[in-house]
Amino acid sequence: MSIARFWRETPRRYNLGGSKCGNCNTVYFPPRLVCPTCPQHRATIEKMVPFQLSGEGEVVSFTVVQDAAEGFEMQVPYVLALVRTVEGPVLTGQVVDVEPKDVAIGLKVKATFRKLREEGKAGVIHYGYKFTPAAAPASAAGPRGPVEPVRPTEATARDRAVA
Amino acid sequence: MRDVAVLGVGQTKFGELWDRSFREIGIEAGLQALVDAKLSSADLGGLFLGNMASGSLIDQEHIAPLILDYAGLSGRHLPSVRVEGGGASGALALHQGYLAVASGLYDFVVVGGAEKLTDVPDATAAQITSSAADHEWEVVFGATLPALWALMARRHMHLFGTTREQLASVAVHAHAMGAKNPNAHYRNKLSLEQVMNAGPVAEPLGVFDCAPLSDGAAAVVLGPLETAREHTDTPIKIAASQVACDTLALQHRDDFTTLGSTVVAARRAFQRARRAPADVHVAEVHDAYTISALLALEDLGFVEKGAAGPAFASGRFGPGGTPTVNPSGGLKAQGQPFGAVGVAQVVELVRQLRGEAKERQVSGASLGLAHNVGGTGATSVVTLLERAN
Repeated sequence: MSIARFWRETPRRYNLGGSKCGNCNTVYFPPRLVCPTCPQHRATIEKMVPFQLSGEGEVVSFTVVQDAAEGFEMQVPYVLALVRTVEGPVLTGQVVDVEPKDVAIGLKVKATFRKLREEGKAGVIHYGYKFTPAAAPASAAGPRGPVEPVRPTEATARDRAVA
Repeated sequence: MRDVAVLGVGQTKFGELWDRSFREIGIEAGLQALVDAKLSSADLGGLFLGNMASGSLIDQEHIAPLILDYAGLSGRHLPSVRVEGGGASGALALHQGYLAVASGLYDFVVVGGAEKLTDVPDATAAQITSSAADHEWEVVFGATLPALWALMARRHMHLFGTTREQLASVAVHAHAMGAKNPNAHYRNKLSLEQVMNAGPVAEPLGVFDCAPLSDGAAAVVLGPLETAREHTDTPIKIAASQVACDTLALQHRDDFTTLGSTVVAARRAFQRARRAPADVHVAEVHDAYTISALLALEDLGFVEKGAAGPAFASGRFGPGGTPTVNPSGGLKAQGQPFGAVGVAQVVELVRQLRGEAKERQVSGASLGLAHNVGGTGATSVVTLLERAN
């Protein structure tokens, strides 16, 4: 994947920048140019405004992936979930820092900034959101694997500067 | 709009066809269909070809004229059009061919579907086919096609109490049916224990909950129903061909246990044909994953939402069922060459409705339904076929 192709999505992938319909107030992530739910579909063109998601939500469904997507081979088994955010949009992402057996539908989670995957030794490293339990479960043994090298606060600040 | 009939069918074996190239299998199916339709190629108006990913899989785009060329028809400069809709590419191509004949623009067309998945390693083929999901907002975050269907499976289990055994019964059924199909990728029977104890892919789905990645091609010849008897004693009418779409990404849907595209395509198809789900004798449904078949039976209207698991496990959709489901073995056992799937479903139904399905014959079948899905349901195509009187 070219650098630009990933880089242009950083405000969304790093910082959960979505959009809100100026007509019906429905929130979308990733941002939309037109509202899919307004009865007056055409009237919402150019009425969509930027909207920041909080990253809080809960697990709607999840799976434990054993046969990984490309670039995720070193992370198996990993939990992939549908997370409904408190603002409404549902996001697809990993749930980390928790044993798969402790993940359940209804688990409260919050978004965190992590390394997603690497394109081989010399390729682009992709960063973006994953989810962690909002409250640590009693049986949690702490984060698995090494701590990711980039701090979310730095990235957030950089993106805000760019935006 | 005039009525359209299927006049001829053809299909290659599905499976790991290492000794055969993409162009060879594509042409074999098409030529079989032409011969079956007793049609001279001089009467052909055009060709529609369903294919999902030839560029990534065999480094070859622009395959519609390629197949036309190697079928020996390029000298006539016929129009040849590729159609893509993920795993629903085949039925989408059929829809285009149907429109072309129904409109009167062409009298006779060949609709083919072909895919060559084993010229790349398994993991590469899985990655390429996952591009039928949303790359930017699903795959980049670690999703695969089986993982996305597993999310639907888990939700279905949560809401309706669907069990692991009920999911596994879909694969057991598929292999029992496929054992009778000489073209099937897999002809071995599977036990419930084998399916449930197989290695996990994306829990709750295991290896045997997932259809294989296959090579294969299928083709049909379409023409006006009015003159169909000049070509065949048993013309099969396309009573409806309906396409419906939904969001590309699963995450954007209101309901993760219903394919809205399937519900709407089926409703439109039954309305068009003035028939109801209870009238269907035989159905080929998109069982790319065991959960896919359960959702399909609910969304097509054969059972209430949430009830497909117990219904399937009780044997309701087996031989003599209402309807009999996937006599070909479905994607699970007959195989899953993406672009060919939707056309192969129609090939099987035509054989069933003609009474030529031998060991697999559903007795007295006169109305058949084909259901073909792209990705996680962003595209669904429902085709109703009936034996013309």
